[in-house]
Amino acid sequence: MITQDEVRHIAGLVKLKLSGEEVTKFTDQLGTILDFFAQLQEANTDGVEETSQVTGLSNITRSDEITVDGQELALLACSPHKIENRSIKIPKVL
Amino acid sequence: MNITNLTLTELAAKFQSGELTSRAITEAFIKNIEAHDSDINAFVNTTFDLAREMADAADSRYQNKTLLSPLDGIPMDLKDVVSTQEAPTTASSKILENYIPPFDATVWQKLKAAGVVLLGKTNTDEFTMGASTETSAFGVTKNPHNTQKVAGGSSGGPAASVAAEFSAGSIGTDTGGSIRQPASFCGVTGLKVSYGRVSRWGTIPMASSLDTIGPIAKTAQDCALILQTIAGQDPKDSTTSDKPVPDYLAGLGKSLAGMTIGIPKEYIVDGIDPEVLNTFNATKAICEELGAKLVDISLANTKYAVPTYYIIAPAEISANMSRFDGIRFGTLPDGTTDLQSIYKETRTQGLGDEVKRRILIGGYALSAGYYDAFYRKAQKVRTLIKQDFDTAFLEVDAIITPVSPTPAFDIGENKDDPLKMYLEDIFTIPASLAGICGISTPIGKSKDGLPIGAQILGPAFTEDRILNIAHQIQLNIT
Repeated sequence: MITQDEVRHIAGLVKLKLSGEEVTKFTDQLGTILDFFAQLQEANTDGVEETSQVTGLSNITRSDEITVDGQELALLACSPHKIENRSIKIPKVL
Repeated sequence: MNITNLTLTELAAKFQSGELTSRAITEAFIKNIEAHDSDINAFVNTTFDLAREMADAADSRYQNKTLLSPLDGIPMDLKDVVSTQEAPTTASSKILENYIPPFDATVWQKLKAAGVVLLGKTNTDEFTMGASTETSAFGVTKNPHNTQKVAGGSSGGPAASVAAEFSAGSIGTDTGGSIRQPASFCGVTGLKVSYGRVSRWGTIPMASSLDTIGPIAKTAQDCALILQTIAGQDPKDSTTSDKPVPDYLAGLGKSLAGMTIGIPKEYIVDGIDPEVLNTFNATKAICEELGAKLVDISLANTKYAVPTYYIIAPAEISANMSRFDGIRFGTLPDGTTDLQSIYKETRTQGLGDEVKRRILIGGYALSAGYYDAFYRKAQKVRTLIKQDFDTAFLEVDAIITPVSPTPAFDIGENKDDPLKMYLEDIFTIPASLAGICGISTPIGKSKDGLPIGAQILGPAFTEDRILNIAHQIQLNIT
């Protein structure tokens, strides 16, 4: 069973702010959902490989050539922050 | 002539023979949207001025005998996760409410180059996370057959748009059933392609190992026409396959005689609505009359599909959604000066409950101490589910099942019970985990007039085969 403290901890990791009411609600809902997940433990997966993709493809590469699509400024303009020297200016990190 | 009642295939024929102009077709759909979308809420944004311009350009091409493709001049809509320079692309989320992409998704580039007319962008659950469009920040899409009912989801806007005759065809996305289930609820045809058949570049992702893009339209033939234009390898999406794209229309004439179709016993469960079961059994009978051999099969790990999906998808969601941190998109929340509060306030204010719930589940499943028990275990069970299909397809050419255990449910019915909502996708999720293709075709209606659908599944890259089976059923259903 997931606890309210665990939900607060995960919310911090995924950068969400939860009100006290939301912590109660999500703890309750996630508890039900995680209980439901528990049935997976019944499945015998001894010696079974993991499937992380289903394309049947591997090592798709392209030639190491620079292409210019001329969209840098348009992409930067999507940001709500100041643009300086073709960069997004954000508050200091440290 | 009732223009909007015609199939996309019929409209294309009438446009190309000069019987109808693209402008006339486009105006007919615009008139329907203006008259009725206030009741349905299929569209997030409309692009009528652009549509008229594009229709007039198609009409000029007809005059000059320079038509671009079989889809030239046909008005369509796009689910609002497909990036378009011409209109906001919101993913039905407040966080992207005013976002206009500076680029077009590959799928829209291809349709635009084919001459398709854009009527607007249609509603979805927020970031495609839901089975009813109730998580959209811009209101629920109502079922055109009964506005007390959901249109399904997440591609509820596209499915309702086609069903309400607001457009000739649409593009949806399907990660765990998001094309097939709304198509079924709205009584239209929806194709979930094999993973890697259609480029996802420029389409806002949900769960990257599962997301697919495909057509929703009135008929299988319409879907074949649209798929022909959007399928194929794209250097910008390294998960697209280099397998040749077959001629999907040419594949539609084949008889079902000699074909073996499997009925998985795990899909005929106790909770299934009797009307759904009766209608499904009638469809099985049609397949047999058309010469197909029906056999009972087992997909033994089906019961694990929903929990497997709801670990893997949220894990990928929590990673994909990390890009929405208030740096590259969105509006700056008031009073935020430091970086941590920009991250937190942007996400907390901009995202809805279902998105938050899935980010939390994903964060939990991937966190230290739980990774092996949840994520790694789910990826192993995914292998078992895929192997079930691989084994079944050694014996059968295709599989047929109901799309959903019930017809469309009431708006609000599952809203406060996330687990119940997750279980709505019980019949569509397994194929998504396996990466195979599936098509949802209307097969009848309940006594209350709600559409019922069947799902035909085929091995990866057999879209031609399942389109033909759906087409044969559609030609022979009464």
